[in-house]
Amino acid sequence: MNFKTKLGLGILAFFALIAVIGEWIAPYDPSEMGDEILSPPSGAHWFGTTMTGQDIFSQVLVGTRGVMVVGLVCGVLATFLSILVGVTAGFLGGAADEALSMLSNVFLVIPALPLIIIVASMLPSADTVLIAAVISLTAWAWGARVLRAQTMSLRRRDFVEAARASGERTWRIIVFEVLPNLMAVIASGFVGTVIFAVMLQITLSFVGVVSLSTWNWGTILFWAQSNQALGQGAWWWFVPAGLCIALLGTALALINFGIDEYANPRLRKVRA
Amino acid sequence: MTFLLRRALFYLVTLWAAITANFLLPRLLPGDPVQAMITKLGGRLNSDAMASLYILFGLDAKKSIWEQYVDYWGALLRGDLGLSFTFFPTPVADVLSQSLPWTLGLVGVTTVIAFLLGTLMGVYAGWKRGSWMDSLIPVTTFLSSIPYFWLGLIAISVFSVTWPLFPASGGYAAGLVPEFSGEFIGSVLEHAVLPGITIVVSSVAGWILGMRNMMVTVTAEDYVLVARAKGLSQRRIMFAYAARNAVLPSISGFALSLGFIVGGALLVEMVFSYPGLGYVLFQGIGAKDYPLMQGVFLVITLAVLVANLLADVGYLLLDPRTRREG
Repeated sequence: MNFKTKLGLGILAFFALIAVIGEWIAPYDPSEMGDEILSPPSGAHWFGTTMTGQDIFSQVLVGTRGVMVVGLVCGVLATFLSILVGVTAGFLGGAADEALSMLSNVFLVIPALPLIIIVASMLPSADTVLIAAVISLTAWAWGARVLRAQTMSLRRRDFVEAARASGERTWRIIVFEVLPNLMAVIASGFVGTVIFAVMLQITLSFVGVVSLSTWNWGTILFWAQSNQALGQGAWWWFVPAGLCIALLGTALALINFGIDEYANPRLRKVRA
Repeated sequence: MTFLLRRALFYLVTLWAAITANFLLPRLLPGDPVQAMITKLGGRLNSDAMASLYILFGLDAKKSIWEQYVDYWGALLRGDLGLSFTFFPTPVADVLSQSLPWTLGLVGVTTVIAFLLGTLMGVYAGWKRGSWMDSLIPVTTFLSSIPYFWLGLIAISVFSVTWPLFPASGGYAAGLVPEFSGEFIGSVLEHAVLPGITIVVSSVAGWILGMRNMMVTVTAEDYVLVARAKGLSQRRIMFAYAARNAVLPSISGFALSLGFIVGGALLVEMVFSYPGLGYVLFQGIGAKDYPLMQGVFLVITLAVLVANLLADVGYLLLDPRTRREG
């Protein structure tokens, strides 16, 4: 494991920790209004306060959980769907493959963001878990495509043929012979999906189609934008949440590079 | 030609899927927001507009779902997308045709710039692996991890609030009338600088990385070694042998990532109040304007499919194997 991967894992672990303990270590109630209105960062309010005197540091801490939960739930759900569709298509081939590939390509080409915005705004209550489920439905296609290609290259290998010749059932060959060889691809697909889901959830909160009753980084940005934080020069209102998103995204991307380099040695650094 | 025909068929299926999803969504999901809106607008809707909203959102419960589906297609083929609640009483089709050119201009130009710039940088980074170019990768990764809209917010705060170099919102200066004059075009360009740079900066990293990794893989191929042995110039090997083959996945990836890029570009428009589809969509969300939101979705899908077809033609020109087939 190289430095980049370790750094990525470290940042991810840090945010996971905040997601768990954020609510307890937050110095204020994130929704509680205070007297200090729109004050810049200070000892009492590390990230400053909002228009209504809410503590932004507490909002970021408490909001971490929503972000991480959606990322994790979507990552698991969408990865499961992509394995189901991609590996089945690649392994079975023929008409089943044609149909499943067509399905995942349709999902890839249709622009996800406007579609999700429509679905989310039509739902009567757009809470965190529901949003995670909707995002997963659009996020699986890329993984399925990559997994299908990889499975097709494994399908005719000798060890798979051997298992087939010894009379193993199809599902057993898939689970015990093919899947272990796809682990690197699945892992990088999982990380990619988490990035996608986190970005999408924050975006949905920012445009205001997701319930604003729970805090996440996108909600903070929504309030900052709708109260014209920019025009008033209140940079502290939108900088911390954005930096957290970028940090988390970078951490996940670094982990993905690590997985890629593990799977494809040609990408590793040339030693001088 | 079979290649193009197959692709065109696939895009038709995709378009059908998108339209059918648009048809089914308001009928499947609970709640009847459009009915509520019609009640609220009361007598201000004329009977034609009312009829088209009934067709589009399936409010006429007496008809079977098949009849509704046929009516729906009929309305779409007439170009009838209903009335917009936000811009009442303008038809959705009119709102869209006003904002589409802005989006096509902004997103089209920036996507092509980002693709060319990123691919070129990727070619050099992959060719000269281990040079200083490699250190660009973590930087660009960080930039691409930033949501488009947040980068837009920062750009506004730095370049229009702190140092007022560029306008923060709109597509042209207030008071100007859209016309073909130097003043108007200058104003349009000035307003497009910040949103354009935002889109290019956040989308360029993906192209750099994809191209670099393919270059690294292709450089190790035998035909590159042979080209070197023949004593061809570095430039020629780099572009005509390595890059030409390495760019193929980028182009097929271009088609697939376009939907994602367009999503990001819509957000940039929202942040900059740019008069394109994204900003229209944003206004539609606030007013729960379903006819408008669905219209935006259909138009964007159509635009993405056309762009995909163009990318396929490009692929055809670069890769002779697809031409020989069939």
